[in-house]
Order: sequence, then C-alpha cells, then structure tokens
Amino acid sequence: MADVAVAHGQGEHPETTTGLPHTKLAMWLFLASECLLFGALISTYVLYRGRSVEGPFPHDVFDIPYTSVSAFVLLASSLTMVLALSAAQEGDKGRTRLWLLATAVLGMVFVGGQVYEFTVFYNEGLKLSTNLFGTTFYVLTGFHGVHVTVGILMLLSLVGLSYAERLPADPSFPIEMVGLYWHFVDIVWIVIFTVVYLVPTPNPGPPGA
Amino acid sequence: MLEERQETPEQQHASGGGHAAGHPSPKEYVRIGLILAVLTAIEVAVAYTDISHAILIPTLFFLAIVKFALVVLWFMHLKFDDKRYARFFVIGLSGAAILYLVVLISFRAFS
Amino acid sequence: MATVTTTTRRREGILRRPTATTGFTSWFTTIDHKKIGILYGATAFVFFLVGGLEALLIRVQLAEPNGTLLNPAQYNQIFTMHGITMIFLFVMPMAAAFFNYFIPLMIGARDVAFPRLNAYSYWVFLLGGLFLYSSFFLGGAPNCGWFCYAPNSTTDPSIGPSFYAIGLIITGIASTAGAVNLAVTVINLRAPGMSLFRLPVFVWMGLVVQLLLAFSLPIITVALFQLLFDREFGTHFYDPTAGGDPVLWQQLFWLFGHPEVYVLILPAFGIFSEVLPVFSRKPLFGYQFVVFSGIAIGFIGFGVWAHHMFAVGLGPVANTAFGITTAIIAIPTGVKIFNWMGTMHRGDIRFTTAMLFTIGGIAMFVIGGLSGVTHAIVPSDYQQTDTYYIVAHFHYVIFGGGVFAFFSALFYWWPKVFGRTLSERLGIAEFVLMLIGFNLTFGPMHILGLEGMIRRTYTYPDSLGLTMWNQVATVGAFLIALSILVFIVNLVVTYVKPRPSAAEVADPWDARTLEWLTTSPPPVYNFEEIPTVHALDEFWHRKYVEDERTGRLVPAQAGAAEAHDDGHAGGHAIHMPSPSFWPLVAALGMPLIGYGVLFSWWLVGLGVIVALTGFYGWALEPSVAED
Repeated sequence: MADVAVAHGQGEHPETTTGLPHTKLAMWLFLASECLLFGALISTYVLYRGRSVEGPFPHDVFDIPYTSVSAFVLLASSLTMVLALSAAQEGDKGRTRLWLLATAVLGMVFVGGQVYEFTVFYNEGLKLSTNLFGTTFYVLTGFHGVHVTVGILMLLSLVGLSYAERLPADPSFPIEMVGLYWHFVDIVWIVIFTVVYLVPTPNPGPPGA
Repeated sequence: MLEERQETPEQQHASGGGHAAGHPSPKEYVRIGLILAVLTAIEVAVAYTDISHAILIPTLFFLAIVKFALVVLWFMHLKFDDKRYARFFVIGLSGAAILYLVVLISFRAFS
Repeated sequence: MATVTTTTRRREGILRRPTATTGFTSWFTTIDHKKIGILYGATAFVFFLVGGLEALLIRVQLAEPNGTLLNPAQYNQIFTMHGITMIFLFVMPMAAAFFNYFIPLMIGARDVAFPRLNAYSYWVFLLGGLFLYSSFFLGGAPNCGWFCYAPNSTTDPSIGPSFYAIGLIITGIASTAGAVNLAVTVINLRAPGMSLFRLPVFVWMGLVVQLLLAFSLPIITVALFQLLFDREFGTHFYDPTAGGDPVLWQQLFWLFGHPEVYVLILPAFGIFSEVLPVFSRKPLFGYQFVVFSGIAIGFIGFGVWAHHMFAVGLGPVANTAFGITTAIIAIPTGVKIFNWMGTMHRGDIRFTTAMLFTIGGIAMFVIGGLSGVTHAIVPSDYQQTDTYYIVAHFHYVIFGGGVFAFFSALFYWWPKVFGRTLSERLGIAEFVLMLIGFNLTFGPMHILGLEGMIRRTYTYPDSLGLTMWNQVATVGAFLIALSILVFIVNLVVTYVKPRPSAAEVADPWDARTLEWLTTSPPPVYNFEEIPTVHALDEFWHRKYVEDERTGRLVPAQAGAAEAHDDGHAGGHAIHMPSPSFWPLVAALGMPLIGYGVLFSWWLVGLGVIVALTGFYGWALEPSVAED
C-alpha cells in the first residue's frame, strides 16, 4: 500500500510498517545516540575530578545557589514545553505560541546565566587551559549549552513560523519533536547539575597525592 | 487568532503517532513540574548538609534519577507511548552507562 | 504504466525548486536513493584508487632497506592517509552505496525514510573527504596513524592531526545521519508482508551496521573534539603534565574503533549471504542463525574494545576479561561461516565472478579470523601487537573479506544498477590476479611480524633479514594494482559493447530477492506496484514452485505473479519527492566551519550561516505536493 515514499507533512502521517511516524522513531534513535555523546563527556569529567594539579578548584568558584536557580529555570522550561504541546493538541494557537515563547525565554535565561557564570569563573582565574577542572567543566557544560542554543533556535523558529501562518493547521507533531529534543537537553542538565555541582569534589590533586 | 477546536480521537492519534490512551492533563504536568522543583530543592539542601559522602552521594544520585525518570516518562511521554521508542532510548542509555562504567573502573576512578 | 509526478513547487523568492531528475545538474540536487548510491559508489571507488596509490608508495618505500622514496615525515602522512582513506573514505561509503541503492529495493520501498537527509549525508561525506585531502596542500596531512594516539597527536607541531580531528568529525556527521535514516527505513518502510524475518540478510546486516554507527560514532566524536581542543585551545584532556591521561584517548577511540570494524565487515557478510544462495541455487542455510549471529556480533562487538590495548598496562583483570570476550565473538562469526558452507553444500554451483569473489572473500576472511583468534590470547598478543602480524590480520579481514565482497557485489549487482553485465572473462582474470597479488602482499606479513618488523616505521635496516618478504609483498601489491586495472578495463569494455535488451538484464542470475523483480535499472519509483511479500526469498517463490509429485522446483505459472500483489490497478499517479539543492547548501557549511577553526573565525561564522540557511531552506521546503 505504501506507495507514497514522501516524508510527512501536514499532521498526517504516511503509512509506515510499525504505524509509528518516521520522524519520531528517528528522534528517539538520535536521542539514544546522544546518550553516548554526553556519557563520554560526563565520564571524562568524573575521571578527572579531583585530579587537577593546580587551582582554581570547584569549591573555589562554584556558587551553588546561583546554579540552582539555573536548574529551576531549565526544569520550568520543560514544563512550559509540555504545556505548549498540550495547547497545540487542543488547537489553541495563542497559548501554543505563548508557551513556546516562554520555553525559549527560559532557555535564553539559562544560557545567559551560564554565560555569566563562565565569565565570573574566568575572572576568578578558571580558563579552559588552566587545569583539568577548567578543561572538563567548560567543555561539558559548553557542549550542553550549545545543545540548548540549538533548541532555542528551533523553538523561536516554531514561534516565528506560527505567526507567519506557515505551520500546519495541527502543529502538534513538530512541536512534539522539538519538545523531545528540549526535554532531553533538560535531563542531561539534571545529570550534570548533580555530578558536577552537587557531588563534592575530593581533595584536589593527582591520584595518590 | 485563538481557535477553539475539539480534537477527535483520530485527530489526536494522527498528531502524535504511537500514543496509547491516557494523556496527562496540563494540571498533571504542572504537578510533575512542582515535584521536580521540590526534588531539586531537596537536592540542594542535602548537598549543604554535613552527612558523610557514603550517604550523600547515593542520595544525590537517587534524586537525580527520580527527576530524570519523571521527565522521560511523563514530559517525554514514554510511559504512554509505544514501547518501541523506549527500547531505542533504553539501549542508548544503558549502553552508555555500562560502557563508561567499565572505562572508569579500568582507570580505577572509584578506588 | 504508472505516471510519475514529481512535486513542482515554486519557492517564493529567487531560486526555483529544481525539478529535473536527469542531466548533469540533477546529480547535485538528487534525493533519489539510487542516484545517491551511485554517487557514494563512484566517490568511494575514486578514494579506493587514491588509497591504493598511497599503498603502492608505502610498498615501494619498504621494498628495500633504507628506502629513500619517502622521508619519515612524508611516510607518516602517506600511511596515515592510506588508513583513513581506506576505512572512512572507501569501505564505509562503498557499503553505504550498496545499502542506499539496495535496501529500499530489497524491502519493497520506493525510497528511504528521509530522502533529503540521504543527500545531505552524501555531500557531507564528500566534502569531509575533500577536506581531509586538502590538508596535503594546507600545511600537511594527518601523520599520526589512523588511530592518532595521544600524546603524540596532541603535541605534534604539524597541522595534520587537527585536520584529522575535524575531518573525521565531519564524516562522522554524515555517517550518523545516514545511520538514523537507514535504520528507520528498514524498520518503517517494509512492504506489506515483509516481516523482519523475511528480510534479506543483506538488509539485516545493514540494520545492525546502522545501529553500531549510531551508538559508536558519538564516542569518537567526543574523543576528536577533545583532541582538537587540546591542540587548538590548550585544554588538557590527554595531557599528563596537567594530570590528564593519554590512555583516555585510546579508550574512547577503541570504544568506537572496535564496533567500527564490524561496521566494515558486516556489509560483506550480508553480500556473501546474498551471492552464495543465488549461485548455489539453494536457499541460505540457517537463515535465522545467520541473522542472530550478525546481531550477536554487533552486540558483543561493543564488549571487546580493549583488546586493542592489551599492551597498555590496564592490568591482568581487564586484559583477561577482554581476552575472553574477544574469544567469544569468534563464535557467532564461525556460525556464519558454517552456514555459508552449508549453503554451498550440494548446491548447483555456478562459478561466476561474483561467486568467485564471494568464495575467495570468505576464505581470505577465515585466514584473517584465524590470526584474530591468536590475538585474543593475551600473552600471544604481546608478541604480535604493533608488528606486521597485525597488519596482516586486518588486511586479510578488511581487504580479503571486505574488498573481495565489494567486487562480488559489483559483479552481482552491476546489471541491476546499470542495465549491463560486466565481462565475466575479465572478471575472472581480475579475481585470479587479485587473489594471488593479495596473498603475496599480506601473507608474508605474518612472517615479517613474527620476525620482529614493527609497524609504522618508514624503513628497516638490512641486518634484520626482513628484506626478502618485503620485496615479495611489494610485488604482490603491484599485482593487486594490475587487477584493479583489469577491472577498469572491464568497465570500459562493458560500456563500449552494445547495450543488452531489458529482458536479458532484468534478472540475469535467476536471483531470489525483490530488487530483481523490477527492471534494470529500476524506474525512479522502483516498483510499478509495491509487492506483497509472502515468504523469505519472495521473488524466488514467485518464479518457482515445488512440483507436488516430484518435489522439484518448476517454474511457476506466468500469471501467478500478478495474483501475489494486492493489486492496485496500474495507471495511478505515484508521488515521488522532488529534488532539492538545500542538502548540498547545508553540507557546504561543514568544511567552511572546519577551515574556520583552523585558519579564521570569520569562516566559522560564514559556515554557520551557510549551514543554517541550508537547514532552514530544507525545513521550509515542502516535500508534499499541493493539489
């Protein structure tokens, strides 16, 4: 029957062998592969935790209350994301745009907060090249931040397309897809927040020191 | 502008593909969001206490895992969706966990 | 005859949506999996020739002690690029060529799940390969070996390792996109009745390969970024002076690198599993065993990586564990080989070129597998590692197994793709030359390795007694080159001959799987009607039935084929997605960003803009026709 080999378009999915839409299957496979990506970065951080030969060390620079606010912000953005999807599924264009925009704004607050945090650390002497902590911290959180930024771009694009009336009448599918990506970026942060910020770093120095 | 449209079950089905019945309502999502916020607050509070690392670290991990699961199962809808999506994700997640655990062990990261 | 409409949508703005599916420009805008397959194949073949020239340079340099053709710096670049080219720019894309062309046909689909993503993958691959090779002209090619160990790579003053890191990140993006695309295709675009256990083995191996890629490429991506950052931004990932550990590079690299070698060989296993039954006129023996062993190899393949690191000092526990898992993975491989032998046993064998390359390929692979088993034994590997014994092993499996499989596939599937059959006489000549040349080249390397010739050195002294076998190996290499020349002559001769009739090439081998159901070459929409599948080897069962009295196969009745399909009357319109230039535009961003990281941040910005333009154009361009 499937004589339409065409990618999905307007809220209607061509028949697939599993009954599952191509894009959603692809998105979950992609997210599964991203687990391997962030796993490597997080493992590198964990491996090198406490092995910096010289400071600054985590306890010298971390501002846990500040970062906790960031964590709340990103979690809130996951909530607004899922509310956007709900609104889309109910056909409420206005609220869909509102919640999508809210998600994007919260994301921007998060990224802005990170940029500020990095600037403070930098001024306190923690650069990429300073020590293992700088190396692993900036690269791990930087990769995450880039992912968030890409997500913000996608969210703003959805909002823009919605206002330009270029989204399908039922836009819940593309919103759901962007939402899956966005939530993934949030759960990576849940892990990073715990592993990097909350779990205390052992006494600084190389192993055996 | 604001369009009020009641979606038929078929339309709802078409828009997501692979949805089982049972869709959290916005209220339930907000409830989950609040739980997430509370868990985060607990995490931060626990991190500031003076308890030994042997208790602190598993507690922090446990809280993180609960938050992770809440987002994945409810916000990402895996609890209600076709099991095949979950299969992919579980393979990636568990594969990553196992492989990197082995690498860290071989570096004696935990000894 | 079904009418095909390609969607013709005008873009608002300057540029019109391309609509042509023929002609020179159509190759740049195509999203047809068949044309993309041909692009992959042709490009991979060119890189094969380049990698082969690099091999000849190596062999001439090593033919005599104290060779002077290449100085050490040049030699390092040549052998590194030989490895990178053969693995990333030849074997992987050649497999992609066959997967792209044949997976949709074999599952009864009209295209892959994401046609424009497919085009994007190809262009990113091509641009990544060109990026890598441009390094020769921009300061020096990668010179650190294809595995580019730290801290050598992090501290090397040449620009080569940076080109390595960026180049492989780029090609990795191509492969990841392709992996998601083909995996979803196999899962989601199968014809009615094509259950997973009616899939041809080639398709099954394809699915396993895509999953291996999807889960292993992110690991090396991180390793490469860390390498790049150590070199360009002063990080300390692999820097022991700052507390870092170079062995981390090895762990991350081989976590990818081992699944990668199964990415290289599983397509060959798939090809063997298609060719043997056709030219034995027998079904594949133990289909389910072959499929499950392929899955097992993929899975266990993630558990053996540290066997590349036995001599690093991980300790006896780690070494033992990985030695055991490495020995275990030989089992499913052996299962396949016995099933292939079982397929041939009491078969009606036709020794066509395709069949010869398959049988030869399996035999060569077994030899390589045997040396592999010796590597699994840790103390024995202490002796072998970093010697030519290892070089012998991996050439026997990748070249002997993989490249022979590719030539088998080329001869087998050429009629389907191009509507012409390659010359069998020239094919057999090529096979004989290649078999002899290959064994002359790599056979002696076992001896050289055990006699102490170490890898990756540009020369050796006279006194070590290594000269004779090196000379033999060099002669063998030129014989291989000659065999490739014979293949090229074959290509020319085939095109000069008059074109055979459509009937002669539709199913010239009396084959078993669905791609032979349609014309040669297939129309753009692949099948007039999507077939309904009732059995494994569906096409075979449409041609032959078992006679009730004698149990022998007899041709099925002529009209029976039509009764198989659910019968949409012909003449309905088939909508195929339109060509597009956006994937190419999006792909162009990659090398720009790459050059930018090395030379100028403005280029990075430009590359990002180009890539985003491409992605937005692509996203906003509809692929469904407005009626």
